[in-house]
Amino acid sequence: MMQEPVRPLERGASERIKDFEEVVFKYSEEEALREANRCLQCKDPLCIKGCPVGIDIKKFIRHIREKDYRGAYFEIRKKNNFPSICGRVCPAEYQCRKTCVLNSQGAPFASEKSINIHFLERFAGDYAMLNNLSSGIPETRPGSKSFKVAVVGSGPAGLSVAGELAREGIKTVVFEALHKAGGVLRYGIPPFRLPGEVLDYEINYLKQMGVEFVLNCIIGKTKSLQDLKKEGFSAFFLGLGAGVPSFLGIKGENLPNVYSANEFLTRVNLMSAYRFPEYHTPVNIAEKVVVVGGGNTAVDAARVALRLQRLRGLKGRVSILYRRTEKEMPARRLEIEHAKEEGIEFKFLVQPEELLADSGNRLEKIKCLRCRLGEPDSSGRRRPVVIENSAFSIECGLAIIAIGLGANRVLTSSEPALETNRRGEITIKDNFLQSSLRGVFAGGDIVGGEGTVIEAMSMGKTAAAGITRFLKSGSLPF
Amino acid sequence: MSKILEKNILSEYECNRITRFKVRAPQIAEKARAGQFVVVMADSRGERIPLTIVDAKKEEGSIFLIVQEVGFTTSLLNRLKEGDSFHALIGPLGKASVIKKYGEAIIIGGGVGIAEIYPVAQALKKKRNTLTVVLGARTKKLLILAEELQKISDEFYTATDDGSCGEKGFTTDILKKLIAGKHYDLVYVVGPIPMMKKAAELTRKKDVKTIASLNSLMVDATGMCGCCRITVGGEVKFTCIDGPDFDAHLINWQEAESRSSTYIEGENHICRLGLGENR
Repeated sequence: MMQEPVRPLERGASERIKDFEEVVFKYSEEEALREANRCLQCKDPLCIKGCPVGIDIKKFIRHIREKDYRGAYFEIRKKNNFPSICGRVCPAEYQCRKTCVLNSQGAPFASEKSINIHFLERFAGDYAMLNNLSSGIPETRPGSKSFKVAVVGSGPAGLSVAGELAREGIKTVVFEALHKAGGVLRYGIPPFRLPGEVLDYEINYLKQMGVEFVLNCIIGKTKSLQDLKKEGFSAFFLGLGAGVPSFLGIKGENLPNVYSANEFLTRVNLMSAYRFPEYHTPVNIAEKVVVVGGGNTAVDAARVALRLQRLRGLKGRVSILYRRTEKEMPARRLEIEHAKEEGIEFKFLVQPEELLADSGNRLEKIKCLRCRLGEPDSSGRRRPVVIENSAFSIECGLAIIAIGLGANRVLTSSEPALETNRRGEITIKDNFLQSSLRGVFAGGDIVGGEGTVIEAMSMGKTAAAGITRFLKSGSLPF
Repeated sequence: MSKILEKNILSEYECNRITRFKVRAPQIAEKARAGQFVVVMADSRGERIPLTIVDAKKEEGSIFLIVQEVGFTTSLLNRLKEGDSFHALIGPLGKASVIKKYGEAIIIGGGVGIAEIYPVAQALKKKRNTLTVVLGARTKKLLILAEELQKISDEFYTATDDGSCGEKGFTTDILKKLIAGKHYDLVYVVGPIPMMKKAAELTRKKDVKTIASLNSLMVDATGMCGCCRITVGGEVKFTCIDGPDFDAHLINWQEAESRSSTYIEGENHICRLGLGENR
């Protein structure tokens, strides 16, 4: 008989919106075993094909079934250095869970029935954290000490490269512009989805493997690639991220209290503005907040705004405005569900046209147009088409724009020989993610589009393989 | 890195204390050019705020920063002592000022903006521009770096609100007279937004190229958050990566003014709580 899927316990919506503590509890051992036992252990497992880094999912779940949690953890680590991060933030419903045999074929994302692979991954990752399995580190090979690799950016791509290279015994130094490592995992993803301690643990693990972190150092400004080469670095990885927030380009967008999601989230997540004034960075909030966008960033920003309202004793509302419908939202389904439970309002088929201020120059409302769905565009999603004479307004005292990001050009503009495309993304020249500069590899959002954490990590792995090969070839960088 | 090597109080007037820090920062000193800035955090719970690199000593590996107490974070910074370190120091950030031979240049500094014109004035002098320096402050005691700037200027004027030094009035009053009598090739202005806005209005009429260095609010200061965005000539620019220098005639000053007041409430709140001894 088919067992029911095991959902981990969650904190109740009315409780969790009062703070920034994690929403989803990890599986208890009993729950993990029950879920692991639902796995059919397919002869030809389809789930693995859905994993961007090719974790042997079947095998790690088997380890869990056999109560060999250590084995499960190290099985995942063979392919992914950060199980407790990916177990929390991977959009598994579009990846391994979507290809899971228990899921109906052709669905846009996984149904409830497919195995909760991500929760099992998190269980293994958290088991390792609780039992401090990182001490000892059986997997690091003694490598050549003569090479030094510079990783620029400590987001998912950079961390992944560093983990892979450290495993090969190659000395790796990660340069980070901010005062804390983690990139988007730190400034973008709120602590109620990915607690800072989890990230700290994974970063410390890398340090124990010999990875060095240099904070407050922006390559392209503080030092150039040329400087690093002179310091003896033999190869480079650029994981610069998608740096620059896009705006709508509509009137009123530069009024006070109109935020990019990046700014709003950075203030709260990185700078702990939700603990103002104990922490000194302020962030504003209002009784009526609108968030524009349909991705994870939009949903995160909305849920952060809601928590800030509650922390400051405001009884308001937070609305997400999206041009398409729920089905087209790129956000993780679990987070959309969580947002709904928490009382976030979704307004679909709505396109902002103007932000308006009152006589005191304070944001007062957002004028919008209604849309319908037209023909599919190049991304395959149906394009929103504005309906004429459909203008209406929504009151708001604070607006957050979460419609995507462009390439950060701080480094690329300081290295003219580094080829970039029209969008400012680094051009990739081979299958190992090498750029136009020999020995300089790149991955993550800076080489195209806005990917997921796991896709960035996957690119990191590929680049690390390329770097290892490059170092062995004895070539010199650029 | 970022250890405070020297600390001097340049001026103390009512609640206004202006402090100069000499900070160990060899990498920043190596790269810094006039017009660029750093971001500092006073402690681990601190805000990230931008400060102009007032001077850089490559050979010593140190930079100079000047902090005027205007709010909570600047007071916290001024409490740091010699031997202390900033929690974070990053730079040099922003684009360097365009330094070349313009010809006749007027450099205006208002309040702590005086600290910011200093490196640019020096660099312009080296390119053999003729410099007319105009400094303004509320009162004589707040006219910092006056001696240093007078030394490198061909003409030198001051204006104070109370008339305690130089003209009683504003720097823009002096600017108005200067450009009425003669053609200038450049006006470079740093100070409070109303002053820069007024300067831009005056020079626009006379068609004098005018550059203002903006003091926008910032968080990461690497182009990531957009907090410092400003419309310049109809285009949205980020002060941190596109600036801080912009054509003063193209800046949307009203927008700059309103954005700079975004956190007044929070600032008043944290200032009322004050700097507890344990902070």
